[in-house]
Amino acid sequence: MVQPTTTGLNEKPMIAVIDYGAGNIRNVMKAMAFVNLPAKLTKDPAEILAADGIVIPGVGAFKSAMQQMTAAQLVDPIQAAVAQGTPILGICLGMQLLFDSSTEFGATPGLGLIPGKIVALPENTGYKVPQMGWNQNQSRIAHPLTRGIAGEYTYFVHSYYAQTAPEYIAASVDYGVEVPSIVMKDNVFGAQFHPEKSGEVGLRVWTAFAEMIQERRVQV
Amino acid sequence: MTLAKRIIPALDVKNGRVVKGIQFKQLQDVGDPVASATAYQDAGADELVFLDISATQEGRATMIEVVERVSAAVFIPLTAGGGVTDLASMKAIIQAGADKVFLNSAAVDNPALITAGAALYGSQAIVGAIDTKWDDVAKMYRVYTAGGTRPTALNALDWAETMVAYGVGELLVTSMSADGTKKGYDIALYQALQARVKVPIIASGGAGSQQDFTAVFQDGAVDGALAASVFHYGEMRLPELKMHLYEKGIPIRL
Repeated sequence: MVQPTTTGLNEKPMIAVIDYGAGNIRNVMKAMAFVNLPAKLTKDPAEILAADGIVIPGVGAFKSAMQQMTAAQLVDPIQAAVAQGTPILGICLGMQLLFDSSTEFGATPGLGLIPGKIVALPENTGYKVPQMGWNQNQSRIAHPLTRGIAGEYTYFVHSYYAQTAPEYIAASVDYGVEVPSIVMKDNVFGAQFHPEKSGEVGLRVWTAFAEMIQERRVQV
Repeated sequence: MTLAKRIIPALDVKNGRVVKGIQFKQLQDVGDPVASATAYQDAGADELVFLDISATQEGRATMIEVVERVSAAVFIPLTAGGGVTDLASMKAIIQAGADKVFLNSAAVDNPALITAGAALYGSQAIVGAIDTKWDDVAKMYRVYTAGGTRPTALNALDWAETMVAYGVGELLVTSMSADGTKKGYDIALYQALQARVKVPIIASGGAGSQQDFTAVFQDGAVDGALAASVFHYGEMRLPELKMHLYEKGIPIRL
């Protein structure tokens, strides 16, 4: 048996789950634990910069989430980690925070990691707002994160959605308007749906994210 | 394409155990909530509802542990409730891992509780549960509380609208006259509700056949259909039900 000699590769990767007081963090942690993805809830800038991957969970309102993130001085470390190539995955509101701005409760700047803005789902389409339930994904960009969800239903709960350029929309669902369900730009990824609540299909997203992180560790 | 119609098995929990436990062949322990919930998830349930029927405080406390354990092993939306009377118990249920909590009698007694819960977790996390029966004298759907034992003066259609105004993001409406009959959902009730509220409506009570589900989705236009005994006792298998609905052209997650 040949053992890898590179230090660190025998250890499991560590994923920093950003702790900014958002709801629903524990269910994200439970799903990650279920697929053996070591996760640590943190707001420590050093831990965020040293992490192999970052997850931004979140349920709630954009404005208060950004206020909490700013107050906890999390914006700079997240942006620095992204600049050094760390894969980052935003979930639901966490995905929305990746964009430039949101119109929810007045214009609020976001993390500015993907060009685009967060706007309200239109009420005049005959579709109920919030979108709450299982919707069927269409893959737009072939990628490990979209492979497992193409044609599959995932679970959504949201009243706002991302308006962004097609080049960042990796998968989407139809809800009167095209709602991006997976967005990506370089090492920045986001899921509008809840992979921790989308059954086996959702767990594939976590597994794909874990594999991306593992591959990057081998390359670096 | 639009949202899939949701099929929602309901599990009664008493003192931390599932009662009327599901009798799937592969289940070793029919009373274990995690085993039952996992079996339903694997069979294709779109969501699960846990109803606490414990009579004592100690029994109620075990519900938190049930939600905690189930949410660590089952990754579909979970709704829990039954005997929720204050904000502290709502918080405990959500923090244990439930995505939604439902309020029934407590909302009638104190509707401000709805608003308090919605302010904390969002409307999508607060489900208004209504038990109702057609009153032929008063010519209205009358609301009952305390597990269907106490009649109120409320008209279910008005009360549904009021609950939405207070902040519920979804309604779970049980027809007491249909419940247990296996003769089909009360389509007229759901049609009347659809005309009054815009939030998603979950139908409950009366499921006996695959056609009952088809009817409540097609004619009642509800977003989800809840059932207990037809699933528990293996009279209806989820994959077959979902295939039947799919073949009828109803949007369904297979």
